[in-house]
Amino acid sequence: MSTTTIAAAPPVPRVETPLQRFVSEFCASRLALLGLLIFTFIVVIAVLAPWIAPQNPYDLAQLDIMDGRMEPGTVGGAGFTYWLGTDDQGRDMLSGILYGLRISLTVGAGSAIIACLVGASLGMIAAYAGGRTDSLLMRLVDLQLSFPAILAALMILAFLGKGIFNVVLALVIVEWAYYARTVRGSALVERRREYIEAAQCLALPTSRIIFRHLLPNCLPPLIVVGTMQVARAIALEATLSFLGLGVPITEPSLGLLIANGYEYMLSGKYWISFYPGIALLVTIVSINLVGDQLRDVLNPRLKK
Amino acid sequence: MSAPTLEVRNLRTHFFTRAGVVKAVDDVSFSVKAGQVMGLVGESGSGKTVTGFSIIGLVDPPGRITGGQILFKGRDLATLPEAEMRSLRGNRIAMIFQDPMMTLNPVLRIDTQMIETVQAHAKVSREEARQRSRDALGQVGIPSPDERLQSYPHQFSGGMRQRVAIAIALLHKPDVIVADEPTTALDVTIQGQILAEAQKLCTQFGTALVWITHDLSVVAGLADDIAVMYAGKVVESGPVAEVMDAPLHPYTLGLIGSVPSRNRRGEPLRQIPGMTPSLLNLPAGCAFRSRCPRAEPRCAEPPPMAEYRPGRHARCIHPHDEAVAA
Amino acid sequence: MTVFLLRRLLQAAAVVLVMSLLVFLGVFAIGDPIEILISPEADQFERERAIKALGLDLPLWQQYLVFLGNALQGDLGRSFVFNEPALKLILERMPATLELAIGATVLALLIGLPLGLYAGLKPNGALSKGIMATSILGFSLPTFWVGLMLIMVFAVQLGWLPSTGRGETVTLLGTRWSFLTLDGLAHMAMPTLNLALFKISLVIRLTRAGVRETMLMDYVKFARAKGLSPARVTFVHVFKNILIPVVTVVGLEFGGTIAFSVVTESVFAWPGMGKLIIDSINVLDRPVMVAYLMMIVLLFITINLVVDITYSLLDPRVRLEGKS
Repeated sequence: MSTTTIAAAPPVPRVETPLQRFVSEFCASRLALLGLLIFTFIVVIAVLAPWIAPQNPYDLAQLDIMDGRMEPGTVGGAGFTYWLGTDDQGRDMLSGILYGLRISLTVGAGSAIIACLVGASLGMIAAYAGGRTDSLLMRLVDLQLSFPAILAALMILAFLGKGIFNVVLALVIVEWAYYARTVRGSALVERRREYIEAAQCLALPTSRIIFRHLLPNCLPPLIVVGTMQVARAIALEATLSFLGLGVPITEPSLGLLIANGYEYMLSGKYWISFYPGIALLVTIVSINLVGDQLRDVLNPRLKK
Repeated sequence: MSAPTLEVRNLRTHFFTRAGVVKAVDDVSFSVKAGQVMGLVGESGSGKTVTGFSIIGLVDPPGRITGGQILFKGRDLATLPEAEMRSLRGNRIAMIFQDPMMTLNPVLRIDTQMIETVQAHAKVSREEARQRSRDALGQVGIPSPDERLQSYPHQFSGGMRQRVAIAIALLHKPDVIVADEPTTALDVTIQGQILAEAQKLCTQFGTALVWITHDLSVVAGLADDIAVMYAGKVVESGPVAEVMDAPLHPYTLGLIGSVPSRNRRGEPLRQIPGMTPSLLNLPAGCAFRSRCPRAEPRCAEPPPMAEYRPGRHARCIHPHDEAVAA
Repeated sequence: MTVFLLRRLLQAAAVVLVMSLLVFLGVFAIGDPIEILISPEADQFERERAIKALGLDLPLWQQYLVFLGNALQGDLGRSFVFNEPALKLILERMPATLELAIGATVLALLIGLPLGLYAGLKPNGALSKGIMATSILGFSLPTFWVGLMLIMVFAVQLGWLPSTGRGETVTLLGTRWSFLTLDGLAHMAMPTLNLALFKISLVIRLTRAGVRETMLMDYVKFARAKGLSPARVTFVHVFKNILIPVVTVVGLEFGGTIAFSVVTESVFAWPGMGKLIIDSINVLDRPVMVAYLMMIVLLFITINLVVDITYSLLDPRVRLEGKS
């Protein structure tokens, strides 16, 4: 008997959940995977800083001014090697960087999450309410976005003063608009779809429509924007701290560490600025690599 | 009998995508003589547009021509170096695209887009090129061509833009024009005008016309010969009247049956069940067999293209061949 | 076109008004205006006289009108530190900043357009991938740190370029410019590159994305079907379409560049408005801060207006809409 059947056997479609497809598409870029790996590593060492750092850089009792500005690899008075050298206070740069990462990441992620919550809510309100609320909110967004973030943050901090809380506040104020615009854009597209109208005709509660129907559709672009904004927030915080308007000197973030080394760099003592800069750079690049790939995977416009 | 201007022999154009090889054009043959119209018919995704781009040499990676010949006056275009191909393109072989709203560059004036075409193939002055452009616009029935040359594409309607595109294609009085569904995006009345215009100009200049369409009724009124494509292959070809009257391939019959007609009012429209198969990893054998009412186990073997009557070819082992059988 | 212009001008004026209100509220309502506008060194008598002079005893809305009236006359207060009108201080330093920002924009276009074009035409080439990887770096690198590294390599290690200041200047049209002397150019090199870094990446990405999108357009395929040379297709058909979004974004980014020069000027001690504002913030010279803010707002609105008009000149479709 022949094994051939009359109808052509339909090719078995690969059954993949959207999540599986997302994961496999994301992993298609080895660079992005590397970014994710590095970023995870950075988060882990930042979280574990108090346990793995050779010294507590905030504890002035542990610092020895005699060990100031030592070259990388020197063994200090406390008996351990300063692998990345010391700053003018005799602070071990490696420890300073680990603790600085904690602050940079906290400020970056914290401000991004708050800005996301605020922005997404306002964007959703604008999309759902429409009309005057919408145009008012969007005017505000346009105004905010047309003004450079660095300047806005600079001014806010100039009037409010230094401090971690103020930095986070300033970052939230300059960043919420990105989220608002993103969410409103996707929500509007989705809102015009017929099924939303159907849901409204069925008199489903507004909250259900928003959370079950609108929000899930806004998530992919929100994730992309959010990832990029975390990187931006970290860079912005570092810049503000470098300009002397960010975190207080007692809890130096990466930006402040770099600023501290600025004056010594001209005399060739590069490591005080150099290594915190590398840490900052690697953090931001790894987040951007992940964000880039996320955008390519989640952007339906680029799909063929 | 005169030799055909264009003869496509066993053309294969495949796309090497990450997901696998897409055999968009897989063994396509047809020919067209000067002043005649060849209708290339098929559903979307049947490979007819890729065939058109293969002829004009604009298949972009990941696609490429992997086999067969495209003989233009005896020269094989499939193996022609790009520089020589370019000197033919827009000159001896021209193409008209489907969507007239998209074929003209929105930021360049009509005269720029026409003059550059003239000057790409003829060493003439700008003024001479402008004169030729003006004449070409006049030929396709565009009123006050002088004024129109100064316009931007968005100042034209869809029908007018398609006329401009045709005028551009006619600038060098080409030997072959490949027209890829040039009337699909237009209103019915404009469609008729464009069809009549195309037909008139081709006879006038002795241009061989390859008219790509999914619309059998257009081909019926316009073409001399017809080739029906399905899943990258020509499944039936022959003189248009004969094919329309007595189709050999079940797919052609299905296509003719799905055209609404006055004669059959009230009867349910016959339709082809199922969907066009994905060209990716197409199973061996007749691609139409999963939708074919006459399918049988033998159809799992690839059917050969056979001449059932003089000039009538079909790729089917059990054609609607009452006349032949008799 | 006139209607279009008029409408845009009105819109611009409205935005200036809104921003002035925001600045006013920021300075006068949220902060303590007395602390902001009167030098902390002033004695009791001086303070009271200043309160009267500034109208701080008036109701808020009247204060706003006074502020607005003064602003319209170009009076944005006096600097505590320099004891000069704040506006004059800023205007004096503006050419230095503009010089830097324009230089950076030109550099970004000169480097970014060709690289982006190449990366868009050959998206899978090794060089294209290198260009794109570098552009990610350009986005990610914190400007101030790159500035430091530039100084470290070219000024400290190699000693090729000066690290601070404007160098020798030439007076032209009543202001001093660095770009007209060799020494000035040497001083400009690092700050300009530093400021341009982000924009270069931006232009590369915009151009590449534009090329890739435009190459798929039917009109490009049609242009090729006409037998045009690849050079003509690329530089006339593709390039002109891409120029529109690139010019728009680069134009709009010009304000951002001026804003970001705050960082670059601080790193390279470039005596522009950015350096002035950071110094003013550090010594709490608030009238200068207010004046700077208003100037920046004005600058931004002007830029938006200019970009809008340029855009309408480049894209015939917009021009027509403006007419009707």
